[in-house]
Amino acid sequence: MTPILEARGLTKRFGRTQALAGLDLVAKHGRVVALLGPNGAGKTTFVRAVATLLRPDAGSLQVAGIDALRHPARVRQVIGLAGQFAAVEPAMTGRENLEMIGRLFGLKPRQARAAAGAVLEQLQLTPDAGRLVRTYSGGMRRRLDLGASLVGAPRLLLLDEPTTGLDPGSRVQLWDALRQLVSAGTDVLLTTQYLDEADQLAADIVIIDHGTVIAAGTPAELKSLAGDDVIEVHVRDAEALPDVAAVLSGTGRDPRVDRATRRVSVPVDDGTRRLMEAMRALDHVGAGIEDISLRRPTLDEVFLTFTGKPAGTVGQSSGPEAA
Amino acid sequence: MADASVITGSPLSPARGRVNSGARFWPSTVAVAQRTVRKFVRTPQLIGLATVQSAIFLVIFRYIFGGAINAGGLPYVDFLVPGFVVTGFLWAGMGAAAGVAEDLEQGLFDRLRSLPIPRAAVLAGRGLADTALVTWSLAVGVALGFAVGFRMHGSVAAGLAALGLCVLFSFAFEWVFITIGLFAGNAQAAQGMSVLMTVLVFVSSAYVPVSSMPGWLRPVAEQQPVTPMVNAVRGLAGGPRAGALLPHTTAYYVGLSLIWAAAIVVVFGVVAAVRFSRH
Repeated sequence: MTPILEARGLTKRFGRTQALAGLDLVAKHGRVVALLGPNGAGKTTFVRAVATLLRPDAGSLQVAGIDALRHPARVRQVIGLAGQFAAVEPAMTGRENLEMIGRLFGLKPRQARAAAGAVLEQLQLTPDAGRLVRTYSGGMRRRLDLGASLVGAPRLLLLDEPTTGLDPGSRVQLWDALRQLVSAGTDVLLTTQYLDEADQLAADIVIIDHGTVIAAGTPAELKSLAGDDVIEVHVRDAEALPDVAAVLSGTGRDPRVDRATRRVSVPVDDGTRRLMEAMRALDHVGAGIEDISLRRPTLDEVFLTFTGKPAGTVGQSSGPEAA
Repeated sequence: MADASVITGSPLSPARGRVNSGARFWPSTVAVAQRTVRKFVRTPQLIGLATVQSAIFLVIFRYIFGGAINAGGLPYVDFLVPGFVVTGFLWAGMGAAAGVAEDLEQGLFDRLRSLPIPRAAVLAGRGLADTALVTWSLAVGVALGFAVGFRMHGSVAAGLAALGLCVLFSFAFEWVFITIGLFAGNAQAAQGMSVLMTVLVFVSSAYVPVSSMPGWLRPVAEQQPVTPMVNAVRGLAGGPRAGALLPHTTAYYVGLSLIWAAAIVVVFGVVAAVRFSRH
């Protein structure tokens, strides 16, 4: 089956910034793909290229089997885009916004009304459909914006950081809405800066930085490399750091020592069991411990695993270390 | 995490995902225009501010500066009001430039550009809507003009022609403001850049006779588009008496101003379209 999205060697330069540096990406039908990376990694540039809002300098790009460089107008017939801002008109009602987009997708007035009604229902906005959008909360605007990209029933939905700036409650609500869409069969490409968001929504995660893919796989695959959880020990005295690090290296991986904050962290798989083991072992060492915790790895730690450098620094320096 | 299997496990229904033909040029233009008009109508501050702004302007010139301005034998109010009405595009235009910059900044144009519609329709819709709004402010301007004592001295047909020209000139300048909005980057900058257009309005025959300006400034005032536009409308609305005070015939000014309007639409229309498609 034709992949919904196939990019080969995409490059794009803005002045002195190389936004895309030979990006390769294949997204299969029926799977949500999350593009994960820090600010400036090239996520938005890639989404804008797929949405035909900008033309790559080189490379090839197929969207649902259509050559996006040669036939951008045909690509626009099968995609829906929700950008980083809620691009809805505050001075129109939720229903009017969706009907307008429906009309622009080429629906007849009655069809546009029906499509708008269905999308409002799907996103649980029906009770507020008649209110002006300027009275909506941020989360509701985002949901309506998502709805606007759906009235055309696109084959591929492009979401650029759909939950950035939302409070946790609204985020979860938007996630739920997205999951429903996906279960109804819409292919989704989303970008995010949050590891947990990619983990929650995506079947495949593609980690990009400086315009290229640095790792790709299912969340399980990536986590088996980066560790499911992280044990972090905060010691009272920096002198104890080597001892603690030695103990934690017993979990099988290299611990990371941060002298400045007096913390040692190590990625682990069987978090709870490893934590208990670590606590017993630390008890023997007798180091003064301020705090010990078991938490999810941060995006930075995942980056560190794959690049040996914190997010946003890959490729900038010619440091010797590499993952 | 547990949900991941639910997501991936769902089979893709073949019926899902349409190929949207997209709206054609005219329906898309109307849909985009309708949105701009709705935004204006439902933001009473916008209408109120624009009306009050232009009323204050008119009153200041009519009653404060007017007494000191010699309009060459014409009552100043009859000289002023045609100039005031023609240059009303300035107030509406500033709002349009800011609006365009805002749509660009807040992603609305990105959404529209990702839709299967002719991209030219997005700008055409904006131009159409703003011209409609200008027609409204034109009506307000004319009403204010009559309220402060302006009287028509031309025929009814000439008066209607004068109004038609005003709409046309506003449409032409609308493209200048759209271009400003596309280049400005944000609404404040667009507003600031639009203020430069006041130079064009003041260094013209709109508020004072060009003959009262210093010699070095006069050619500038005479050779720029606002002067023939104002003179055309003044000649049509003021009848023979006003026409006699102009260096050329009214027909000359009508012709010249139409050429100017066409040139402005072509040049700025193309610049705006190129900027929009490359953004």
